[in-house]
Parts: sequence; C-alpha cells; structure tokens
Amino acid sequence: MTLTDTTAATRRKRSRSSSTGKAVLRFLVTVVTTFLGLLAVTFFIGRVIPIDPALAIVGDRAPAHVVERVREQLGLNLPLYQQFYFYVRDALTGNFGTSVLTTNPVMDDIRRVFPATMELATVGTVFGALFGIPLGVLAAVKRGSIADQIVRVVGLIGYSVPIFWLGLLSLVLFYAKLRWVAYPGRLDIVYEYTFTPITGFFLFDSLIQGQWDVFWDAFRHIILPGALLGYFSLAYISRMTRSFMLNELQQEYIVAARAKGLSETRIIWFHALRNAGVPLITVIALSYAGLLEGSVLTETIFSWPGLGLYITNSLQNADMNAVLGGTIIVGSVFIAINLLSDLLYRTLDPRTRSR
Amino acid sequence: MSVVAQTPKPYSRDWLLSDRPTSRHQARLGRAYIIWRRFSENRLALLGLGIILALLFVAAFADVLAPYNPVQGDLMNARLLPPGSAGYWLGTDDQGRDILSRLIHGSRLTLMVIVLVAVIAAPIGLIVGTVSGYAGGWIDAILMRITDIFLAFPKLVLALALVAALGPGIENAILAIAVTSWPPYARIARAETLTFRNSEFISAVKLMGASPFRIVLRHVMPLCLSSLIVRVTLDMAGIILTAAGLGFLGLGAQPPLPEWGAMIASGRRFILDQWWVAAMPGFAILIVSLGFNLLGDGLRDALDPKEAGQ
Repeated sequence: MTLTDTTAATRRKRSRSSSTGKAVLRFLVTVVTTFLGLLAVTFFIGRVIPIDPALAIVGDRAPAHVVERVREQLGLNLPLYQQFYFYVRDALTGNFGTSVLTTNPVMDDIRRVFPATMELATVGTVFGALFGIPLGVLAAVKRGSIADQIVRVVGLIGYSVPIFWLGLLSLVLFYAKLRWVAYPGRLDIVYEYTFTPITGFFLFDSLIQGQWDVFWDAFRHIILPGALLGYFSLAYISRMTRSFMLNELQQEYIVAARAKGLSETRIIWFHALRNAGVPLITVIALSYAGLLEGSVLTETIFSWPGLGLYITNSLQNADMNAVLGGTIIVGSVFIAINLLSDLLYRTLDPRTRSR
Repeated sequence: MSVVAQTPKPYSRDWLLSDRPTSRHQARLGRAYIIWRRFSENRLALLGLGIILALLFVAAFADVLAPYNPVQGDLMNARLLPPGSAGYWLGTDDQGRDILSRLIHGSRLTLMVIVLVAVIAAPIGLIVGTVSGYAGGWIDAILMRITDIFLAFPKLVLALALVAALGPGIENAILAIAVTSWPPYARIARAETLTFRNSEFISAVKLMGASPFRIVLRHVMPLCLSSLIVRVTLDMAGIILTAAGLGFLGLGAQPPLPEWGAMIASGRRFILDQWWVAAMPGFAILIVSLGFNLLGDGLRDALDPKEAGQ
C-alpha cells in the first residue's frame, strides 16, 4: 500500500518535471521552426522567385564572365539546400549582405534606423493604451448607450481608414494650415548636427542630456505620426478592453463587491479592470507588434528615418538585400513579441499554469 | 378531435418560423429568415450591407455611371479643377481627368482584388484547416506549424517583399495579399472541424463507407463555411487597405489604371494646394472598408448570437 503510494507520488513528481521540460522543449521547437520558416520564406523570395539573382545585381547587359563570377560569389551554382544552409548561417551571424543603395552592410543600416521605428511604435502604443483602455472601460460600463456607440464607431473608423491617407490629410491640416506641429522628419535641421544621440531614442536622449529645446523639437516631430499610429492601436485596444470588461462585469465577484457596498468606481477600476488587465497586456503587446508593421506606410508619409522608410526606399531602388534584411528583422521582432506576450500571459495568469 | 392543424400559407411568416418544417427547403428558408431578422435589427449592419450593394452596383454599371473617360482627361480646359466645378462634382486631377469617373471605374479594381484574394485564400485556408483538423496526428502538426509560421509574419511587410520579388502589378499584389491572408482561415476551419470531428453523424457517414476525402469534402467543409464567411467579410477591409497601401507605394496597379491607392499617391505631389486629388480616393477607400467592417460585424452577431455584443 505504502509502496504503491510512494511510487505513485514519485511518478507524479517525475511526470510533473517532465511536463515542464516538455513545455520548455515545445517552446524551443516553436521558436526555432518559426524562425527557420521565416528564413525559408525570405530565402524563397530572394533566391527562388527571381529568375536569376545574379542578373538582378549586375544588370542584363553585363558580359557573361562577370555574370558567372557573381553567380559563384553568391553561391548560386550550389544546390538549393546548401544555399539555404549558408543563408541561415549568414542570417544567424547578422550578415544580410550589402545594401546596393547605401553601400553599407544591411545590418549596420538596420541598426542605425531601427531605434527611430521603435520610438515611434512606443509613442503610438502609449497613446493607444492611454486613451484606448479608458474608452473601452467606458463603453463596457455604459453598454448600449450613446457613449458605447461613439466608441464603437471611432474604433471601426480606425479599422477602416487608410493610414497613409489620414497621415497626408493631418499633415496638411496640422502642419501646413495650423502650424501646430513640425514638418516631416525627426528633428529640425538646426539640431540635426548639434545633437548627438546616445540610444537613438531622441525623446529619451535629449531628456537625459538636459537639452530641453531638443526634447521639445523632437516632441513636435513625433506627436503627429505617433498619435496617428496610436489611433490604430486605440481602435484595437478599446475594442478588446470593452470585451474583456463585459466579461468581468458579469462575474459573481462583482456582485459580491457591490453587496459589500464598495463604490462603483472602485469596483470598475480596481476589481474588474485588474482582472481584465492580464489579457490586456497580451493585446497591448500584439498592438505594439502591429505598429512596427504599420509604421512602414506612416514613415513614408512623415519622412521618418526608420525601418519602414528604409524598406520602402530600398524597394523603389530594387535593393533586395536591404528589403529582405528588413523583412527578416521585422519578422523576428514580430515573432519575439508574440512569444513574449504568450509567456507573459502564462506567468501573470495563474489559471493558465499547468498543474 | 376534428380540429385540423392549420397549415400556414407557404412563405408566410408563420410558415418560415414553424418549428416543424415539412421539407428541407422550408427548414433552410426558415433558418435564413431568422438570421436575416437578427441581422436587420442592427442598423449599422444594414448600413454596411447598403454600402457593399452600392459598390457592386457602381462596379457593374461603371460604364454607364461614369460621366467621363477615366483614363483620358481634358488637359486643355479641366486641369486640377476643384470639387463642385461645373460637370466635375469631385474635381479633376493633374491630367484633367474627372475624379468621380476614376473612382467609379476604380471600384471595379477594388472589387476584383477582394474577390480574387477571397477566391484564392479562403479555399486554401479551408482545405488546410479541415484536413489538418480531421486527420490529426503528424499531418495536423506539420500543417499547423506551417500555418503558424505564416501567421507570425507581419502581413504588409511580407506582401511588400513578395511584390518586390515578383515585380509590381495588380496581379502580383493580389497574389501577395492572398499568400499572406490564408492562415487565419486555416485556424478557424481547423477549430470548427475539431468541434464535430468525433460527433455521431461523422461516425455514421464513416460506417456507411465514406472515404476520408468524401467526409472532409461533403460533410466537414460545408459546416465550416459560415464562420469562414464571417471571417472573410471582416478581413475584406484589411485586404482593401493592404491593396491600397501597395498601390500607394507604386507596387500595385500601375498607371493609368484608376486604382484608389495609386490615385492618392499621384495626388500627394500637390496635396497642399489641390487637396481633393488625394483626399477623394481616400474617402472612397474609407467608406468601402467601413462598409465591410459593419457588414462583417453584423454577420458575426447574426450567425453567432453567443458572441453578440462582445
């Protein structure tokens, strides 16, 4: 009896530890296969779809021996699986080739432009969360009211409007007509050469250096594209907040809290929102990833020197190394944020933990 | 005893709502009627439906409705006229072309993009999802891994890279958007399949000797359709926006085609003085994608009342 009990206990213990191991293993497999898949797709786009990538580099009027040499340099005479092996090896060491347009290694270019995109996406997400969460809560609490309808329509328009068009029109209004914001770009030309960035996040850099005029200028530049991107994440965040809050407000603990005589404000903002907060963090993380992507079109409108502008500029100049390098980076960040939000959700919500 | 049950007149309200339909035809119509009743309670959804019907109408009769040639303008007398000019309600662009006529003809391109993307992406998603869900095991694992990889991609960036490799043009843009939009459909179809995979009617068909192929094709797929249609409708707005974005970057439809996104791009140069050239096509995009969003929301609420209001 006791013997079977202990074996059962050890077996249970072992199965528990192996299930954690399994979960970690499954997570690793997910990361690796997703990343390899990403590389496979970009490999396919860059090497398989074009009829001859060597011709794309040297042009179709190049003499045959030049084309042959370039083919050899690129490893195009190797079988595809070997090419893919080298491709993955290069990508893992951050080698995406050289940009035809800037003549720099693509990775250096990306390192230079990436902070601009992150700064923009961060401002957008902060804006979206700051306004989206209260709006969503309001819509849920006053369900079916005029306020709910307005929040719904504002969100629906956010889902439906072409961002580049809204950007153009807002530039005409707020920059050209009203002069409230600065012209496209990150900084005025005056500061462009006097200001030395440290992290690449200009708002943050100017603050820690105590350069208030630069901070104000950077703020005037980022506010419009940031608010625009923020509107899109607002649409998503407010809709999800409303749905989570509706779910929480139907729970029994809300009735219990009301019976205890807690104020409605306290119930809504401390009890219900706190519980809705866990899935909300996932939503905010996902909208952050979405903004990294949405910045592609926004940056072209606002001449924002980030990854999106880099990719579109390279596109116009048929600079495939740069386009695919940018795609891999955006894709990797996307994957990383997805996985992180998944992990965060599991850590924060005890219900999803495996017992 | 002698009271004969009053059979309601065919196609009347009572006939449709009867809880004892006497034919398959009646049952189907009755179900459709209930869904329609639920759908039409929602005013915004009706507005969406109206917008989409208007789009279909405009696209079908573009030749009759458009007052001018969409491609060839009047360079002599009609360059950059503001909205409200005589004969040109929405103004003209830099080549003297009537913007209204271009928008009307552009609706055909928009419709073409939506229909082709849906026709390519939805069946791929449906097949991958149902096969994956019904087969299970390693087939499921592999197919879902592939789906997840595509799902992890940022859609617009992948579409950009694809078009960059394939070359600009509306056909390639459609292909690129389709390649990036099927994964959610596969996930939905798989989830639906899993809910009735082990149910009795599937076992019954299996006992009658139906092959897995037949089961998936005739019994699993039809049941996945309604949720798939809702999702495709909700995605239409996103498809329109992606297509417009590609057009705006010069990667979609090429000039002189009156594609709405490309029209915004061409109006960008003189946006400060002649704002309407870029503004009007944007309104068209906004209205149509809003229409699809409203319609999709309404359909979801009508087909799945459990989700309503969430």
